[in-house]
Amino acid sequence: MGVILSIPADAGRRRIEELLQENEDRVFKRWLEIAGSASGGQVDRSSLASQLRELYQALRQSFGDSGDLSDLRGLLAELSRTRARQGFTSTETAIVVFGLKEALYESVEDDASPEALRGFIWFSRVIDDLGLFTVESYATAREKVILDQAEQLLELSTPVVKLWDGIVAVPLVGTLDSARTQVVMEKLLQILVDTGSEHAVIDITGVPAVDTQVAQHLLKTVVAARLMGAECVISGIRPQIAHTIVTLGIEFGDIVTKATLADALAHTLRASGVEFTKSRGSRIAVRTVED
Amino acid sequence: MDRVPILKLGDILIVSIQIDLQDQSVLALQEDLSEQVVATGARGVIIDISAVEIVDSFIGRMLATIAGISRMLDAETVVVGMRPAVAITLVELGLSLGGVRTALNLEKGVALLNHIESVQIASATR
Repeated sequence: MGVILSIPADAGRRRIEELLQENEDRVFKRWLEIAGSASGGQVDRSSLASQLRELYQALRQSFGDSGDLSDLRGLLAELSRTRARQGFTSTETAIVVFGLKEALYESVEDDASPEALRGFIWFSRVIDDLGLFTVESYATAREKVILDQAEQLLELSTPVVKLWDGIVAVPLVGTLDSARTQVVMEKLLQILVDTGSEHAVIDITGVPAVDTQVAQHLLKTVVAARLMGAECVISGIRPQIAHTIVTLGIEFGDIVTKATLADALAHTLRASGVEFTKSRGSRIAVRTVED
Repeated sequence: MDRVPILKLGDILIVSIQIDLQDQSVLALQEDLSEQVVATGARGVIIDISAVEIVDSFIGRMLATIAGISRMLDAETVVVGMRPAVAITLVELGLSLGGVRTALNLEKGVALLNHIESVQIASATR
């Protein structure tokens, strides 16, 4: 032990650099093996090999350039990002980096010099740092993916459809929270202005649960539309939801609520002065072919 | 001090607010408007706020007050052209402008006043 500690750090570091150069083929082959088995069959060997080759070169270069790791970090960040998008787990991504330690250890053991062992401790610290960096980049990339998806969902889930001249509908699907309601509210009000529609139907058939907060949001939307001179009807209230609303003691006041979108459409059509009649005795045409 | 112009169109008075309202100009507007309603015998007042981008509780109260004054003088008030952002702000402030009629634009506002009058006449002659 005392022997190892008395060796200057530089000597160990130099020895590792030499080993990385001398046994490049062997270390690299082993590394590729470890990284490949950790990634399962999800990635093709040739692209992984070229990626690792690049990393290997960058690592050796950084040791040469008095420990400047920025190039290497850039490559690792890129690797983490692609892996996060491809759906690898953080462990699978980190093992790619940590695998190099194991790959090199075999060469160090064969070398069996105190310098190499001492250097390996230093090397292991460097790889640990890089591994942590990889996991961190992976997490950041993953978070960005989630954020992007949430945004896309927000845009997707708030369509405003025109039902009739002067009647628009907003079919709401999924759980309502304040952020989403805000988007719905703004979009609906803007459409009311743009199309000059005086009637709007908010359909909540696709909303799984209505609590006081959701009800509050709906009421706000209706009042805002009213301030602008448009009337809102809330439709698609299922029996369970009606039950919940009454149990919670939520007052919808003079806001018109309907059970189905069809009822709401009929109501708004009548309110906007459209008259419609069901033609009596609708016939089914039957034609017989005589031969 | 800027005065808000009041336009007369038939028996409707049209107020189009296109300046940043100060307390003084609002008070002047209320005075001018009540005088004009009496002088012209108007049956309807339309307040166009399509150019108003920023509102506070003061403006909300002003609209309600004008509506109250006009109703005392037998004229219906319709607020037209409120922007979505303004409507959201008013709702967040907890102002629902009860008793004030609203319409999407000036044209619909005029139509609303005509409709109200025809309903009133129909119920009177019944």
